[in-house]
Amino acid sequence: MIRKVRSHLSQNEGLIFEQSSPGKIGYQLPPLDVPAVDPAEALGAAQVRDGIEGFPEVSEVEVIRHFTRLSTWNYAIDLGMYPLGSCTMKYNPRINEAVARLEGLAWSHPYQPESLSQGAMEVVAHLEDALCEITGLDAITLQPAAGAHGELTGILLVRALLESQGNPRKRILVPDSAHGTNPATAGIAGYGVQNVRSNDQGMIDLEELSRLMDDDVAALMVTNPNTLGVFEENIIRATEIIHAKGGMVYMDGANLNALVGIARPGDFGIDVMHINLHKTFSTPHGGGGPGGGPVAVKKHLEPFLPVPRLKRLSDSLTWDYDVPQSIGKVRAFYGNFGVLVRALAYILAHGGPGLRNATVDAVLNANYIRHKLAPYFDLPYKRPNMHEVVFSDDRQAAKGVRTGDMAKRLIDYGFHPYTVSFPLIVHGALMIEPTETESKQELDLFIDAMISIAKEVEEETEKVTSAPHLTRTTRVDEVTAARKPIVRWKP
Amino acid sequence: MNYPESYRYTKEHEWVSLAGDTATVGITFHAQEELGDIVYVDLPKPGAQLAKGDSFGSVESVKAVSDIYAPVGGEVLEANELLTSSPEKLNEDPHEAAWLIKIRVSDPNEFNNLLSAADYQTYVGAES
Repeated sequence: MIRKVRSHLSQNEGLIFEQSSPGKIGYQLPPLDVPAVDPAEALGAAQVRDGIEGFPEVSEVEVIRHFTRLSTWNYAIDLGMYPLGSCTMKYNPRINEAVARLEGLAWSHPYQPESLSQGAMEVVAHLEDALCEITGLDAITLQPAAGAHGELTGILLVRALLESQGNPRKRILVPDSAHGTNPATAGIAGYGVQNVRSNDQGMIDLEELSRLMDDDVAALMVTNPNTLGVFEENIIRATEIIHAKGGMVYMDGANLNALVGIARPGDFGIDVMHINLHKTFSTPHGGGGPGGGPVAVKKHLEPFLPVPRLKRLSDSLTWDYDVPQSIGKVRAFYGNFGVLVRALAYILAHGGPGLRNATVDAVLNANYIRHKLAPYFDLPYKRPNMHEVVFSDDRQAAKGVRTGDMAKRLIDYGFHPYTVSFPLIVHGALMIEPTETESKQELDLFIDAMISIAKEVEEETEKVTSAPHLTRTTRVDEVTAARKPIVRWKP
Repeated sequence: MNYPESYRYTKEHEWVSLAGDTATVGITFHAQEELGDIVYVDLPKPGAQLAKGDSFGSVESVKAVSDIYAPVGGEVLEANELLTSSPEKLNEDPHEAAWLIKIRVSDPNEFNNLLSAADYQTYVGAES
């Protein structure tokens, strides 16, 4: 039974281009009280732009209604659970926003002199210290603008270190359960990629790792816990295998939210890692907006971190550009400062015990879902799971229902879909991550919805395979959309 | 499904046929079935040099993007242009019209060491 939602009127809304009428404007200027100037004459004709063809001309209220109406069609973390495994969609506490809007922080400018920026620089210093303590690593850069950017920065650091030793090496090892960005990062950094197969428990196969590791391998890129939500129990042994032959171990910190306050990557042999501030420290999920992907390193990689480095003098903070071995800048100024402020607010609002609690709750929530849904869905890997759980659609596939069908039916129940078909090592994956955000009430609603869908698969298969039914748009033709995409409106 | 006897196969689900020193490479029926509806195919330019096991392109479906690996080494002679405009052909006719690339083979032994049609089908059967 659908308990979380009921139908409700929502406004139709066309494209804003279609609402345009020539000459309509949303502002009114007072009459000119100085002599008019011809911009073409003053600036040169080449500097003056003609009108933009098809540019919508609408009033203020039309703009407001347009975007407000569209926003009511959406689903958001502020409306309910967002069980997207691997994406970690957690609530963004409002205290973060309040702090980021403090006048002195919100209006600070990167060209302000250091003497007037000491408060903002203190925020950066605090966050650096906190993240080093949480990861057990020695130094950090907050410049990278997002996780994948952090990955690239991290692997460029590895390359710089190996080059300084005389040989950058050729390959990077990536487990087959990795995030797709890992092999992409290795490729962009100029390395070949070699897959490491997982064993039947969903973990790195140490024998396979030993066999593949040689003097040409620059690094292993490992996600821990991995994308099955399983902690790599042999991680220390794996890092020893890599280190013994002079390689580095990079950790994709996407799942750091399962470790904070419990285990520190620096303590289990990691040399370098990125942190997704939105995943673990509750900053708004990027989605193309500003993000944060700090990269933390052990001492031996510190000389290569991007410039400028924040340096504490006896009575002030300063930016140090004199770092001869640095890989250079990876982002303008000092990273996305507003995001850094939010992450620090989250860390300080929780404190050490609070951060640990968030980790414990995230793991508890995922295991509660696993326990409740295990009778209804196939669980291909049985190791204890951490912050997320991955089922397969094996049982439902017998009825011709795939993971994507059930995900679409879940929309009718008032939830955002879980992650489908990832990780690839699970056939027809249903990947579910509740995060610490959700209460037992919301989790129970979700669990009831999933059980109800499992029953529908048995009794009313068609209802699932043709879902969603209650949305404004029913099932779209994803294949044609991907093969023949129409990516922009044209007059 | 018919897996031609004269082809050789890999555990990464590529097939190869050999005529003289020219190998034609594609992905298997099983591979396209697992991937689902294919929407984009990325292939190398003629002249590219491949070693056995190199990733030479990717196949994108509505579910995933998968790398494709060279079953044999050599120089790329041609990429199948049909797939640029009609990636769906890879779902419809993976063993014939929707071949991916042709390679001038540097070592014919690499071909002989690949899986036979029967062995590949046993492998696929065991995997699923």
